Amino acid sequence: MLRDITIGQYYPSDSVIHRLDPRVKLFWTLIYIISLFLGQNIFIYGIAGVFLLMCIRISKVPVKFILRGLKAVIMLLMFSVIFNIFLTDGEVIFRIWKIKVTREGVVIAVAMAVRLIFLIMGSSLMTLTTTPNDLTDGLEKSLGFLKIIHVPVHEIAMMMSIALRFIPILIEETDKIMKAQQARGADFETGGIIKKAKAMVPLLVPLFISAIRRAYDLATAMEAKCYKGGAGRTKMKPLKYKRRDALAYLVIFAYLFIMIMVKVYVVA
Amino acid sequence: MLIILDKVNYVYSEGSGFEMKALNDISLTINKGEFIGLIGHTGSGKSTLTQHLNGLLRATSGKIYYDGQDIYDKDFNMKSLRSKVGLVFQYPEHQLFETDVFTDVCFGPKNLGLDKKETELRAFEALEMVGFPKELFYNSPFELSGGQKRRAAIAGVLAMKPEVLILDEPTAGLDPKGRDEILDRIKKLHDDTGMTVILVSHSMEDVAKYVGRLIVLNHGSIMYDDEPRKVFAHYKELEKIGLAAPQLTYILNDLNKAGFDVDTGAITMDEAAQAVLKSLGR
Amino acid sequence: MGIVKSEDLTFEYIIRDDDDNVENVKTAVDHVSLDIEAGQFIAILGHNGSGKSTFAKHINALLTPTEGTIWVDGIDTKDGDRLWDIRQTAGMVFQNPDNQIIGTIVEEDVGFGPENLGVPTPEIWERVDASLEAVGMTEYRHHSPNKLSGGQKQRVAIAGILAMKPKCIVLDEPTAMLDPNGRKEVIATITKLNKEENVTVILITHYMDEVIGADKVFVMDEGKVVLEGMPKEVFSKVELLNTLRLDVPQTTELAYRLEKAGVPIRRGILTIDELTTELKKLRAGL
Repeated sequence: MLRDITIGQYYPSDSVIHRLDPRVKLFWTLIYIISLFLGQNIFIYGIAGVFLLMCIRISKVPVKFILRGLKAVIMLLMFSVIFNIFLTDGEVIFRIWKIKVTREGVVIAVAMAVRLIFLIMGSSLMTLTTTPNDLTDGLEKSLGFLKIIHVPVHEIAMMMSIALRFIPILIEETDKIMKAQQARGADFETGGIIKKAKAMVPLLVPLFISAIRRAYDLATAMEAKCYKGGAGRTKMKPLKYKRRDALAYLVIFAYLFIMIMVKVYVVA
Repeated sequence: MLIILDKVNYVYSEGSGFEMKALNDISLTINKGEFIGLIGHTGSGKSTLTQHLNGLLRATSGKIYYDGQDIYDKDFNMKSLRSKVGLVFQYPEHQLFETDVFTDVCFGPKNLGLDKKETELRAFEALEMVGFPKELFYNSPFELSGGQKRRAAIAGVLAMKPEVLILDEPTAGLDPKGRDEILDRIKKLHDDTGMTVILVSHSMEDVAKYVGRLIVLNHGSIMYDDEPRKVFAHYKELEKIGLAAPQLTYILNDLNKAGFDVDTGAITMDEAAQAVLKSLGR
Repeated sequence: MGIVKSEDLTFEYIIRDDDDNVENVKTAVDHVSLDIEAGQFIAILGHNGSGKSTFAKHINALLTPTEGTIWVDGIDTKDGDRLWDIRQTAGMVFQNPDNQIIGTIVEEDVGFGPENLGVPTPEIWERVDASLEAVGMTEYRHHSPNKLSGGQKQRVAIAGILAMKPKCIVLDEPTAMLDPNGRKEVIATITKLNKEENVTVILITHYMDEVIGADKVFVMDEGKVVLEGMPKEVFSKVELLNTLRLDVPQTTELAYRLEKAGVPIRRGILTIDELTTELKKLRAGL
């Protein structure tokens, strides 16, 4: 289950998209998501789909890999499709007993599904082509303006990158603790939901204590290395826009322009 | 013969493309009452092997028999195996979770379905056995010193009354005295109760001092399985796989080369001192 | 004055009960006065709970004394304005290798310290390159720390400190969680730094074989320095060390046993070579 989640995973490859500045990719993702909500229209979705496929092609990330990201949201997808199909009023196509399926329902369901699939694929593409570090750097820089209203942007970015570093460590630790407790006869598998929840206590207590201990140690180590927040810090790998980034922005704006044109002249 | 391993293989993440063979055709018999040392560098398969003995890991191929029964048999009670083969992991922090030590030690026997009286009796006995101080019974396990935490963790497994006790580096991070105290306790436990003990260790000095049989693992295979003094005679081969003999072995071999007639097989301090004194004609 | 000097350094922990009343005051460090010369390899020995780690945290100003004073390169650690100077002068490596690596890539972790100091980007790269080279981890620079062995992680942590160009490195039980090979790697690395880069090394440990090469050893017990001197002086006191919950290397112990059995062997033998030479001399004299 855990390994099905491709969001946040990085697929190493040497493509133009991989080398783009993370800020460009964040912006791309934002614009792409906005474009998906421009309207329920075959042209809108068609262009969005073609554009996405082109990007995936250029990124050299296997489509299979991006589709795997959908596995994690398949339940959500099913729910929204089913609810929309059955619970939307309108022109009835057919009915079985009390359940009726309407034309509007099908249209909305399909639109929802396509939108959600594109959304997940688009953001997966961003995380698959951007290292976690670049991603946090990009977020820190892009959201830098929020500092004016006292949002601790640097601190949030730092927390994100520390979390990314410790997730694998804590997963491994969970496994070790589980085994240590199983060796004492703990049973995590059988029983009803209450018994299972109770069985988690011997797992969660050592895990939390260890996590707190690690946090404390890490804070001490960071202080010892003169960490004092974002002020006065320099960057080993500062983000710098290159020519290709400017080009990428142009492409993004062109895409947005086309989508708006379609919305205004074709859809309306 | 208490435990028999017959051509046991274990492959990590089989079929994922990241396959790694952790155990390679391990065949082994363990007799009742033995005190066995298990050494090997990090990643040699020591932990993987010990987790097979109590059924936490399942062999990819091969058979394991406990007391004559195939543990992979459908009718075999795996839960009872976990209580018969007690495994204490390296970090006590991974198992201590209750608000006080005594309750924590009760966790094991309680899981066996024993009644309250029997559970508490066993917990009490187990804490006595490891020499855990009575005045700390109702202290939080998180406020103990490193050595006491170790004791509490070992007691937590002993309370299940295992027939085999496996300890994964029970002295890591302890100071020299703390290390000796724990190992002396385990030795005493072995001698008094006849319990089979398997000690996983990185310290050659420790295994030389305590165990009667030494198994050396390298890349998931058994490289040596013999009395410690005979294993350490291969100190040059041990070095090649990133291990070493106890310092004493080197001293005695050096003296031997310098023309002293010493028994290079001596592995404890007493034996070595005797050997040197003898060669000096005293 | 040496690179680290303490005078009557005392540190007390206050233990409070559930109602926040003072229950007990525990003296972790008790009037420690010592003077460490720049460029030396210093070892501080002591059993768990002897106060050695608490003392070490004072060198990096992670703790400040309850009483007495400690100066790092002449700076009083109570001087809050110079805190970052102190931490840059005396870098600190901790016990758990996982809990001190911040970066998700080796080279980025090494760059963390210089980033905090506000070092310009090109110089960060120079420092990171040089530090990784000094600890022999250059080929792993693009790796994730999670994939390294314990010894390698500690070397990365040491490189991270080196990149801050400290005059002194304090290592608080850096080998306690490592296997024998990892321990050897770390000790070889810090010995090399001490000899070649002339960095003052203060090694806190309870592994006796790690301190044989030290210039000076301090032994702590109950917060006090109870023994100090060259390794051979300290290791000649086998019985005293045993009462302090410590032991001596097997070579030293064997020589001590022989001496007790009446062999007129000199005290404080540390290496196998020394023992063999000494016994040869004795045999020739017999």
